Amino acid sequence: MTGYIFKRLISAIPVLLGISVIVFLIMAMIPGDPATAILGSYATPENVEKLNRDLGLDKPLVQRYFIWLGNMLQGDFGRSFALNRDVLDEVFERFSATLVLAGTSFIFCAFFGILAGVISASRQYSIVDKAITSAVLVGISIPSFFLGMMLILIFSVQLRWFPVSGMWPIYGARDLSALLSHLAMPAFALAVVATGVIARLSRSAMLEVLRQDFIRTARAKGVPERSVVWRHALRAAMVSIIPVLGIQAGFVLSGAVYIEMVFQWPGIGRMLVDAILKRDILLVQGGVVFVAACYVLFNIVVDIAQSILDPRIKT
Amino acid sequence: MMTFISLLARNRLAIVGLFVMVFVVVLSLLTPFLNLADPDITNTADRFVKPFSSDAILGTDHLGRDLLSRLLWGTRLSIAVGFAAALISAVVGAVIGILAGYYGGNTDNILMRGIDMLMAFPYILLALAIVAALGPGLMNALIAVAVVNIPFFARNIRGVTVGIVHREFVDAARLSGMTDARIMMSEVLPNVVPVIVIAMSTTVGWMILETAGLSFLGLGSQPPRADLGSMLGEARAALITNPHTSIIPGIMILIIVVAINLLGDGIRDTLDPRLKSGALTRPMPKTKVLASDKNKVQRDRSLLQMNGLNTEFQLKDRIYHAVRDVDLSIRKGECVGLIGESGSGKSVTALSITGLVASPPGVIAGGSVYFEEIDLVRAPYKTLRELRGNRIAYIFQDPLSTLHPLYTVGHQLIEAIRVHQSISLETAKSRALSLLKNVQIPNAEERLNAYPHELSGGMRQRVSIAMALVNDPELIIADEPTTALDVTVQSQILNLLDSLRRERGLAILFITHDFGVVSQLCDRVAVMYAGQIVEQGPTETILKSPSHPYTSRLIACVPKLGRGQGSLETIPGLPPSLDKIPRGCAFANRCAIAVEACRSTDIKMTETTNRTHVRCIADSFEKQEIMQ
Repeated sequence: MTGYIFKRLISAIPVLLGISVIVFLIMAMIPGDPATAILGSYATPENVEKLNRDLGLDKPLVQRYFIWLGNMLQGDFGRSFALNRDVLDEVFERFSATLVLAGTSFIFCAFFGILAGVISASRQYSIVDKAITSAVLVGISIPSFFLGMMLILIFSVQLRWFPVSGMWPIYGARDLSALLSHLAMPAFALAVVATGVIARLSRSAMLEVLRQDFIRTARAKGVPERSVVWRHALRAAMVSIIPVLGIQAGFVLSGAVYIEMVFQWPGIGRMLVDAILKRDILLVQGGVVFVAACYVLFNIVVDIAQSILDPRIKT
Repeated sequence: MMTFISLLARNRLAIVGLFVMVFVVVLSLLTPFLNLADPDITNTADRFVKPFSSDAILGTDHLGRDLLSRLLWGTRLSIAVGFAAALISAVVGAVIGILAGYYGGNTDNILMRGIDMLMAFPYILLALAIVAALGPGLMNALIAVAVVNIPFFARNIRGVTVGIVHREFVDAARLSGMTDARIMMSEVLPNVVPVIVIAMSTTVGWMILETAGLSFLGLGSQPPRADLGSMLGEARAALITNPHTSIIPGIMILIIVVAINLLGDGIRDTLDPRLKSGALTRPMPKTKVLASDKNKVQRDRSLLQMNGLNTEFQLKDRIYHAVRDVDLSIRKGECVGLIGESGSGKSVTALSITGLVASPPGVIAGGSVYFEEIDLVRAPYKTLRELRGNRIAYIFQDPLSTLHPLYTVGHQLIEAIRVHQSISLETAKSRALSLLKNVQIPNAEERLNAYPHELSGGMRQRVSIAMALVNDPELIIADEPTTALDVTVQSQILNLLDSLRRERGLAILFITHDFGVVSQLCDRVAVMYAGQIVEQGPTETILKSPSHPYTSRLIACVPKLGRGQGSLETIPGLPPSLDKIPRGCAFANRCAIAVEACRSTDIKMTETTNRTHVRCIADSFEKQEIMQ
């Protein structure tokens, strides 16, 4: 097992390098020079040239990549000119807020998605199944930002159950209940699409498994139907559900960008959008690489979970 | 193409989606010709006019612009951008996928590793990075969304291409001297088109959502021009005071995407043969039983007594009569063989006993199955469940697929014990262990922790025999338990079953297609053909002097040691299709001695002079002559 984990970690290195190359190349495509973007169009040529030198932009592309990579490996992601702050500090702070939001959403959608999928499959064509399938269809079709806005209208403005936006109250204690009441609506809005996708795939994975011979064997053994569905079938279906969870984690992380805008959540998505609009290139670069790296590591965790679940995978 | 349309037309939801989509598309095509207010003309005097209150049917936005006009123009833009993005990623993805799949080797490696890299990003990060580089704008958002979705297309299309390139028609094209480029265009491309269509139909909705999302963030379409996303984005500031400006474009996106998804699901179901005609239906815990005759059955003293059992499979417009009027009894401690070709209905008969026939589409259409005093056909699920694995146990054919792949052997054995007996885990475990030893599994302790795939075929079958024995059943139904095994292992397993039966006084219903196996194990044998039992009686008698022409042909099919090659018998012709069983004897068309009456009357079971029962009306003297 340790060997397998080690192997998977090693195999992540080329992926991480590839990510850094892609991000670097995309950023190198930027038309015009960043120095002008930073200093504005009224900057003197001397200032532009000096800044270019300071940023190392006068060097050839390949050299610039390795300097950037080397700095990142030492934990130096550069400095955000718009915020005048170390990129890594900013990214860290913002990403932890995103993790709270996306993590909650992910747990929600994994739990309810699988639950809905299993119930739906085990009662195929019943009213419950039809209700779930229809809800799923609407769920995967609704733009999360629109859903978020409607939640605000209903639950904040009309019913006054939850605060409109933000992560913490402006005045008052920053305790768990304050966090949860701020978290409820954005986490839900973010989870809806992924819940739908997971429910759909769980349903078809379960239907696939329920037709297998070993399910008939379980029934022939006299195993009660509930345990046929929730143990025998779900256990086997998890093998195809787990990879979907990995992919959906990426979608939850992506959707967080919209939700953070709608609910003014101080996460990394909003940071990136602001940075793009302000052309704060180093911040965008650093943020993207950091989040992508986290996502790669998360997928390794998913693979390991998969190998624990399915003994047929050679470890 | 016509069949595709007619199949799609059967899917009512897809049709609804199609109509909505056509309506929206036509509306957006007509937008420039409708007499609408200019979408970009601001009129700050008339800001936030509510819907249905003035000339502007849907009201106005924060700059006093006509919302209906903006909505229609925005829809037009959103749909155009979404489809354009889908088209671009489909084309680029197809090119990459076909090249990688067609050339394989290094080309494949390099292209697909690149694709993997793109997939390592949460999609929006990549889109944001691209927009960051190119600058905000609708065109750039379109490019970003298209690029992000290329991997999905490339991977799907590569998969299909790899499956095609080694097919005969591609080889033929290559041998005929066609260039690679022409083969890809004329042989490969037409075959991947359905995949492209499926992939597009399932992603267009997403693309519309994603471009709307980027516009919502202010990174897509720039003012004053607005797509649905940027309309929502601009309206957000006035969400609380004037919600209609947000709700209107939001509902529009929802309608479009729901319609596309309905249509996409319909297209996928129609084009993907795996999902056709409800192939993905789950079997119920108990076979459906049609309300049937309640004729009182004369009970004999057997343990299991089937009377007039009928099981059929009801598919859309056809009914397959898999089991027809089967009468069969098994006494305590008796071994009865049920023999026939594949498709003759022997397995379905076996599964019907405790309602294990997959249902839908299986239905028990009539008859009764008495196990002691319980009619299993009419018994509720609870009774069946208590009997299954407890007093009636099954051994199935291929233990690799019939054992749960993800539970250890020990787990599955212990579970089988504990669903019927409330004993401790430890007791159950030691019982499982002694059973494994009982069926002669070496290193039984270690094997308890093994997964089925870690055992050999023979070992796996021993495990499923042990699993059948755990609760000391009175009846074991063995459905071709040795068919998947090689000959030496087969005879070991048969000996094992035989000795277990003698030790424990088990009754066995042994299903097989092999008379050799029957002669080794069974006291009596029943021969099935096209869902009916055509002959039954003591094994020896039937082997020595079969009364039904089918039985004698079947016996002749058993290869005999020492006979030369080429003497192996086959039966000419095929059994009738079970949805179109002819009147009279089902074997008549393959029978050498069939007479006119065989095809015109229903043939009843009659007792022969040998005390066997047979479903044949041919004169026995004449028959003997011809059969020799």
